[in-house]
Amino acid sequence: MLLEYLPLVLVLAVSLIFGIVATNASWLFGPRRPDPEKLSTYESGMTPVRTARQRFSVRFYMVAMLFIVFDIEVVFMYPWAVRFKDLGWFGFWEMLVFVGILMVGYGYIVKKGALEWD
Amino acid sequence: MEQFIHDLIGNDLLATIVWCVLPLVFILGYAIVAILAEMKSASWFQDRLGPMRTGPWGIFQPFADVLKLLMKEDIVPARADKILFNLAPVIVFVGAYAAFAVLPFASEYVGADLNLGLFYLIAVSSFGVLGIIMGGWASNNKYSLLGAMRSAAQIVSYEVPSATALLIVAMMVGSLNLQDIITAQSGGFWNWFILGGPKSDVVLASGAVIHADIGNFVFLPLLLATFVIYYLSALAETNRTPFDIPEGESELVGGYHTEYSGMKFGMFFMAEYANMFLVSAVAAVVFFGGWQSPWGITLGEALDIPVLTLLEGVFWTAAKGFFFVFVMMWLRWTLPRLRVDQLMYMCWKVLIPASFALALVVGFIVVIR
Repeated sequence: MLLEYLPLVLVLAVSLIFGIVATNASWLFGPRRPDPEKLSTYESGMTPVRTARQRFSVRFYMVAMLFIVFDIEVVFMYPWAVRFKDLGWFGFWEMLVFVGILMVGYGYIVKKGALEWD
Repeated sequence: MEQFIHDLIGNDLLATIVWCVLPLVFILGYAIVAILAEMKSASWFQDRLGPMRTGPWGIFQPFADVLKLLMKEDIVPARADKILFNLAPVIVFVGAYAAFAVLPFASEYVGADLNLGLFYLIAVSSFGVLGIIMGGWASNNKYSLLGAMRSAAQIVSYEVPSATALLIVAMMVGSLNLQDIITAQSGGFWNWFILGGPKSDVVLASGAVIHADIGNFVFLPLLLATFVIYYLSALAETNRTPFDIPEGESELVGGYHTEYSGMKFGMFFMAEYANMFLVSAVAAVVFFGGWQSPWGITLGEALDIPVLTLLEGVFWTAAKGFFFVFVMMWLRWTLPRLRVDQLMYMCWKVLIPASFALALVVGFIVVIR
């Protein structure tokens, strides 16, 4: 049973090894002539102003939080989908209630304007 | 296939390892073809000739490009976070490649025939966004960080409708095993899920039976809409036009890979192409019958040659996958780039409610029948 998952581990290992080898290939074959100008951060030819790690729009956080809610919802729906035909009407109504609760929240965030990008 | 490699090598573990390296060989070969196809289709769409100097009709251009990337200087910006900067392209590639482990190329050729195949696929395909965020943050570049944030917001948003779209098919099959999903579509193109799913009873490998009849044509418009939702989300998840704002070169230089050079940039590039094929192959598996031929029977089965059946399976998977990759390239030169607000509107206010509504309607019809 667990042996079924062996290829997953092997594929991960293969991709890690290939990734590490390939990303270091340029280091092996390429020239190395660093100078301060070349190593400075690219900013369309200007001298970089301040750090790039500044505050950015809060909307990205909103999207991330909403994503967690909806994605977990979908994750819960997967095991339900497998047994869906056996559960019949019971499963249907139960999922309708489950999604319905989320949809109330969805209506709220739409009304609040959390999904507006202006 | 496992048996075939096993017989060839005579060692179980070695056979599994060979098996796991095969998709890598496939991706490398495919990336070479896809780079050329992208350049040539772009130029033909724009009434140009494209690369013509390297070999006849420029067919050696991708090799020249790969060589150039290999010989480039490996630049790590002085202000970058060195560890994360070097790790990011690896993570992006791992995220793209790991999903190939469960992708069935033929009836006998699938890396890991998991009961959770579809679920694993969805889980792993969002792994790459981690690498994108890492790269964007570690570069310490304003364009990179903006590109990474946009990309992450876009990929995670569009993950919800794409997962819901795949869920609808899983509901009809009652299994998350990708081979089961393909088996459910056996018998010819009219049994594919894009045309409403099986029209007669199907017995899965586990012994479960999917009861179906000709009335399944009622699902046709619903599943067609589901496929459109999935394909749009897939475009967004691979950062392809019209959803390529994370890499919008006219505003963000290169997006999250602005600071990358040489093969590190190459890895981002390859991961993008690998992802393109992956989402296309998933579309083929879930909606277009995977390795099944459009008319249901294969020459290998008719002549009783297992190797031929295997090759035909790989051919159909690759052909269907390549077709959708080509559609992506086609769209790239047809549609303009969306704005970020249009992008979010499209996902949260159109695709997500539509996909949930579709799941509801399909579920209702499945139960009532």
